[in-house]
Amino acid sequence: MIVLYVVAALLVVVGLVVLIRRRRRPRRPLSSPPRAAMPTVLVRDSTPIPTLEEDRSLSERLGSSRGVFDRVRALGAERDVPAAQLSLVEEVLLRSDVGVATTNAVLEELRLRGAPEGVAAAVRASLLGSMSAERSTTTVAEAGRVPVWLFVGVNGVGKTTTIGKLAQRHREEGRSVLLAAGDTFRAAAADQLEQWATRTGADIVRANEGADPGSVVHDAIGRASARHVDIVLADTAGRRANSTNLLDELAKVRRVADRAPGQVVETLLVLDATTGQNALSQAREFLSAAGVTGIVLTKLDGTARGGIVIAVERELEIPVKFVGVGEGVEDLIVFDPTAYVDSLLGA
Amino acid sequence: MFDALSERFERLSTSLRSRGRLSDADLDEALADVRSALLEADVELGVVRAFLDAVRERLSGEALSQSLSPGQQVIKAVHEQLVEVLGGTPLKITYEAKPPTVVLLAGLQGAGKTTAAAKLAAWFKQQGRQPYLVAADLQRPAAVEQLRVLAAQVGVDVFSETSTPIRVARQGVAEATRLGRDVVIIDTAGRLAIDEALMDEVRAISAATTPKYTFLVIDAVTGQDAVATAKSFHDALELSGLIVTKLDYDARGGAVLSARGVVGRPVVFASTGEKLADFDLFYPDRMASRILGMGDVLSLIEQAERTMDPEVLSASAGRMMSGTFTLDDFLAQLGQVRKMGSLGGIMKLMPGVTKEMRTAASNVDEGELGRVEAIVRSMTPRERRDPAIIDGSRRTRIAKGSATSVAAVNQLLKQFGEMRKMMRQMGNGATPAMPGGLGKMASLAARGTRGEQLPAGFEALGAGMASAASAPRGGGGKNKKKKGGRVTPPKQR
Repeated sequence: MIVLYVVAALLVVVGLVVLIRRRRRPRRPLSSPPRAAMPTVLVRDSTPIPTLEEDRSLSERLGSSRGVFDRVRALGAERDVPAAQLSLVEEVLLRSDVGVATTNAVLEELRLRGAPEGVAAAVRASLLGSMSAERSTTTVAEAGRVPVWLFVGVNGVGKTTTIGKLAQRHREEGRSVLLAAGDTFRAAAADQLEQWATRTGADIVRANEGADPGSVVHDAIGRASARHVDIVLADTAGRRANSTNLLDELAKVRRVADRAPGQVVETLLVLDATTGQNALSQAREFLSAAGVTGIVLTKLDGTARGGIVIAVERELEIPVKFVGVGEGVEDLIVFDPTAYVDSLLGA
Repeated sequence: MFDALSERFERLSTSLRSRGRLSDADLDEALADVRSALLEADVELGVVRAFLDAVRERLSGEALSQSLSPGQQVIKAVHEQLVEVLGGTPLKITYEAKPPTVVLLAGLQGAGKTTAAAKLAAWFKQQGRQPYLVAADLQRPAAVEQLRVLAAQVGVDVFSETSTPIRVARQGVAEATRLGRDVVIIDTAGRLAIDEALMDEVRAISAATTPKYTFLVIDAVTGQDAVATAKSFHDALELSGLIVTKLDYDARGGAVLSARGVVGRPVVFASTGEKLADFDLFYPDRMASRILGMGDVLSLIEQAERTMDPEVLSASAGRMMSGTFTLDDFLAQLGQVRKMGSLGGIMKLMPGVTKEMRTAASNVDEGELGRVEAIVRSMTPRERRDPAIIDGSRRTRIAKGSATSVAAVNQLLKQFGEMRKMMRQMGNGATPAMPGGLGKMASLAARGTRGEQLPAGFEALGAGMASAASAPRGGGGKNKKKKGGRVTPPKQR
């Protein structure tokens, strides 16, 4: 309720200020004071940005300098990786959105242990070592209950599209699928999901915009149970991860979905590969609100690498389970950590 | 993004001041912190380097100011550089002499183009224009439908047909001309910058419609990729500016800095929430202050001016100052504040608001405000005019009538009492004890009503972090009265 107090204060202040402004300078255009012209482009020649091609050939670059490194070790010097190589590693990791903390951890490990197998291999081992080993998915529930996959995430990461693609995958694996249009907030979200249902031959339960998402999920599970559908994929509205109310609402949807005859066997957090460090707080919040069991990393077909998932796996131990690599219905593949890390390092 | 940073800088000992200038080693240490902060805020590495070079340049020549601690000096340089990077020449929206003025939106999937299109239409409408929306996103299922629904909410027509995006765009502009609309906003499909075919398509749309403005819609949570994306779209479309979305996430928005730094075009609009009202022109100096935790008063006031009804305000203002503010006035004003958009968004703009308060505000659900309204509405007119008469049995009745509890009624009455006291103090020219910088703002406001010259908005209220930081900690500045028993919490920065 302290909030109300603040609101009240705010209201007084704003009200007064508005009045004053109206009274004194009714039509003063609000323009910022003129400021000195700045160079149109900030990044100047003094700070060359290595092109992505250079990043891609990281392992080559590290490989070519491996000789130097071996010589250093052969000299019996400390097991130091040369500073230039360390900063190269740092650069590659930071540019992949791996984050400052994880990058520093990798560098620290490099400094401590050296890199007897070569720097690229050491970085690879270090990254893989911090990732989960277990990333299987569950498609069956207890006897008599309907397995539910719940999809959560912020706005615009591709939850609905991911559901469409996974529906296709389940259909191909011989399961009957029912989609629950639990995003009752975004305009036309249910329409979008319905098109996926038609395309993949899945059943769908939807309600009007603004309906209670919990009730949609409840109805969907009821219908799935009656018709002996093999799996329910439940969509939810995109929500920012720093709002307790929205997360509480999500927690409620999850409770509803987990009530017999339903059983939530996977809660998948959909993350956008272009997202930076905020993905970590997204994962943290959704983990505590909805008990996330895995991550779907979407939009990996662009120039973004989504390295933040390494930090997510390392800090929160949530495994990445699928990655989206294109717009096509088949462009959702099972995550392979080795291949992913290799692609980060440009191998 | 600099919350922790300013604290760390406080530790840069003041003893350094006697040396006259920062040593290179001190500077290195301070800038290493800035570097981490920027990287953690998702500023692209190349941009970070350029930024640090510029800050170093600012600091190296200058002798240390006597009035600022070395830490403050570094922060000041960082702030100035932030404003410079975010700023540049602001883009002023003008209109074609021969309408319609065409605005093209492009961006990655999920950046928020469709929502931004509708919000932009609402903005143009507010400027007295007659916007028209063209749904050229034929890629994503139901994208057209989404635009239709949103457009209906803002009362703008949408053009769509099932053909090709290029045809839709061209026909849409033609239709707008026929209808006499003066602004056309074209929503395009999300596309990856490396998708040659789709980039060619958007280039063709641009060629077919010759937009006056081409905006890249970019998500504030974007990481290092912001640079690559902005660059490719700029190469393909010659952007006129950026629209940043999702600034209400707790992301630190480094992507704004990156994209701005690389394409050299200004951020023109920013979207700060899910409501259609949470959208406005982007002001670099205000953003810099917001980044540094100094609030953004001007945006707040403008948002208020746009949405609040002056009649309602002036009616209650007199009573406010004389301390005869009634619960009816409160109710009316509450309604006004609710029109301004989400509380969380509003609180972000307030100076001197602690992180806890901000979080709390972003978590007030509309229902809670609804309950407050219900309580007031359950009172009789006489009770609203004179809350002092509300005794135990009246409280019980009000609680029942509003489906709340007596405790809630009590709390509301207590807070209302405090509020009234605060206003009376203000009317008397004192600075009321309010959390954080609110007191200062309120006293400024009150001074204004008494005809004193108001210092120019941001400079005065923010007063640079220097004065705020140099004020004795916890003690409050000279203009903080301890009347009323409420202790002003120390600044959290």
